[in-house]
Amino acid sequence: MTIEIKTDAMEPIRHTYDHIARRFGDKPASRYQEASYDVEATINHHYKPLWAPDKLINDPSWTAVKMNDWHDLKDPRQFYYGTYVQARAKLQDVTESNYAFFDKRNLGARLPESVRDETLKCLLPLRFAEGAANMNNMYCASRAVSLIVRQAFVYAAMDRLGTAQYVSRIGLLLDGNSAETLVAAKQDWMEAPQWQPMRHHLEDVMALTDWFETFIAQGVLMDHYTYSVMFQAWDESISAQGGGDIAMLLEFMQEWFKDASRWDASALKVVIAESDQNKTLVNGWLDTWRDRARAAVKVVAETTSMDVEAAFVAADADLDKRLKKAGI
Amino acid sequence: MSKVYIALQDNDESRYIAEAIEEDNDGCSVIHQPAMIRIEREGKLVINRESVEEKMGRDWDVQELHINLVTIGGNVDESDDYFALEWNQ
Repeated sequence: MTIEIKTDAMEPIRHTYDHIARRFGDKPASRYQEASYDVEATINHHYKPLWAPDKLINDPSWTAVKMNDWHDLKDPRQFYYGTYVQARAKLQDVTESNYAFFDKRNLGARLPESVRDETLKCLLPLRFAEGAANMNNMYCASRAVSLIVRQAFVYAAMDRLGTAQYVSRIGLLLDGNSAETLVAAKQDWMEAPQWQPMRHHLEDVMALTDWFETFIAQGVLMDHYTYSVMFQAWDESISAQGGGDIAMLLEFMQEWFKDASRWDASALKVVIAESDQNKTLVNGWLDTWRDRARAAVKVVAETTSMDVEAAFVAADADLDKRLKKAGI
Repeated sequence: MSKVYIALQDNDESRYIAEAIEEDNDGCSVIHQPAMIRIEREGKLVINRESVEEKMGRDWDVQELHINLVTIGGNVDESDDYFALEWNQ
């Protein structure tokens, strides 16, 4: 007797959800597509937001930027909840082992005094700047339309809480868990003159109503200057003074910024490419906020030992390059 | 000339790779078989790292291809940036 093994291909009845198939055609869709596109209600809302009587739920008029379809702002990282959590868990694993290493070897004790002082004065108050960034990103998430855009902002907002915690932990590592460095950092943030322009900028951004302007002022400008100057240029400067152990604790911030920049750049590019009207709006906001963000970070940078001029030349050139790539 | 081919397991990762191959290789045929995607083309097939990275939205090492690889037909030419199949003349 012979047994003949035969394969029989069965076509699935449908490859994906109907609303995804309408957008991309009836073929197997990626998880990102299935989790992100056309999830939000756009018509037949049951309730109106009573706190904003002239708006509807998911109302595109929260920004002056006009898009035919906000779903065009695809996240180049394709983060939906699953991939986002996996990516961050991976990054956090590395970071936790760096912090554990720093703690176990008591590397804080062998830091040069000057580096330790600078860390306390120039780095720790950034935990409050991160808190503000969290709120601003949350605002964008709450007012934007389409889950594609919202989720990117929510993830960024959560990341900022994480960064605030990591910055706080640097303080705890240096003060033996007494938290007195954090109390001093709060004092500096509220009163020290070098931090007031940044606090002023961030609090003004919190008061904006146009969420895309918030995104420009926070994500595109403030984050760019803070991260390329305070987390990168400063890191190089203290490493040169024998503070390389602190640099190990800043790896998370640097990696995160690289990652977030990809989303910022692509969102900006799509919005500018959509219409000249959008381009004019974005240009106007960049003019309004760029110098303020730059000046705010510069005041802080000047209290450190880094080569401020060189750092800002590099940061400006980098920002110009990014904006040019986005179409400005 | 005979065809070169590559078959990948049909999963979330290979779908991006297949998409990248489809875009970079004009006139290739993509055949969805049970649990497997087979791609054939007259002459040559190239998988470019950059295209796959763009589709996946993350860094991708060409060697990761082997995780989902079922079979290939053709002489292999590979580097850090691409993986190509072609019958040597």
